[in-house]
Amino acid sequence: MTPAGSLLAAHDLHKAYGPTHALDGAGFSIHPGEIVAVMGPSGSGKSTLLHCLAGIVTPDSGSITYNGLEMATMNDSRRSALRRSEFGFVFQFGQLVPELTCVENVALPLRLNGTSRKEAERTALTWMERLEVDDLAAKRPGEVSGGQGQRVAVARSLVTGPRVLFADEPTGALDSLNGERVMELLTDAARSTNAAVVLVTHETRVAAYSDREVVVRDGRSRDMERVV
Amino acid sequence: MSIGHTLLGLLESGPRHGYDLKRAFDAKFGHDRPLHYGQVYSTMSRLLKNGLVEVDGIEAGDGPERKRYAITEAGVTDVQQWLATPEKPEPYLQSTLYTKVVLALLTHRDASGILDTQRSEHLRMMRILTDRKRKGDLADQLICDHALFHLEADLRWLELTAARLGKLAEAVTR
Repeated sequence: MTPAGSLLAAHDLHKAYGPTHALDGAGFSIHPGEIVAVMGPSGSGKSTLLHCLAGIVTPDSGSITYNGLEMATMNDSRRSALRRSEFGFVFQFGQLVPELTCVENVALPLRLNGTSRKEAERTALTWMERLEVDDLAAKRPGEVSGGQGQRVAVARSLVTGPRVLFADEPTGALDSLNGERVMELLTDAARSTNAAVVLVTHETRVAAYSDREVVVRDGRSRDMERVV
Repeated sequence: MSIGHTLLGLLESGPRHGYDLKRAFDAKFGHDRPLHYGQVYSTMSRLLKNGLVEVDGIEAGDGPERKRYAITEAGVTDVQQWLATPEKPEPYLQSTLYTKVVLALLTHRDASGILDTQRSEHLRMMRILTDRKRKGDLADQLICDHALFHLEADLRWLELTAARLGKLAEAVTR
């Protein structure tokens, strides 16, 4: 049931937390280089869908394939490796390590993968330039604004050259001007590397940066491109 | 708003006289702008001519003859097509959308599907404007922003309506 050419696809996902059915037959697919907005009201299951797709949460049933491989057949260390090297993450809040400088934060995923400090920070600076925050390299997260911090977080999410970027309400804590700039830079950077972006948002102005949208309601998803 | 489609939709629950149609329309959709009798009869004669309704019976009375209209299969298809086609995003769209949603609830169609399709159409327009904004100068950005904020307001209304569909269904089918 995997749509042809998709990089990441899910079919008939179910996930319950106690009596609450967060996902109730949801599906999803994304192609390389595609930006797909996952929309829906609070509590509809969109974040659970993202967590399942990213291998953070294991669904109760259903299938998720990444690059043609069934995620359920991967062991924990393979899934962790996938998250470290092929997936990138941007969240709404609290992503940067306060004790590290901004460049150390951006370099962190590379350091965890075994890259030398010098090489990791060199690559990190390149990404910080693209996100227009290279002048903040030596500052700590507490010394930068919310918008700047979010751009640092986007640089960090892209530093390993992920094939899929998961962004969960990436502009939720920003004003509209800063949010817009983050979205412009994020989508430009993703398109330049052909990364697929799973963009969870309830803001339509943010969703307008996507190529298409999937609507999640009561744990079920509706792919609008395939409906209209 | 398409009065013809709305009257057709109201006929789906059963044949009615023109007068009943006007009363039902005014109660559900008329608000501060009730229909004129002339509008009802001219619309019904157009629908009749196009084969979307048929005369189900004629009652003679003291005044003029009273025709009772029934929707045809072609009429049902016409309503279905109208409901499934998203509206072009434009100001004051909500009266048409409200009518479509209420009519869908009254005729037991998928009202949330109508809202989803409309959201998709709005987002399509927002993508075009966002792209134009990214490539344009400051004037372009300000012009596009104005349109984007209006579309966003429509979308907020769509979301709120989607969240209230249950209550709305209770209210309109009461």
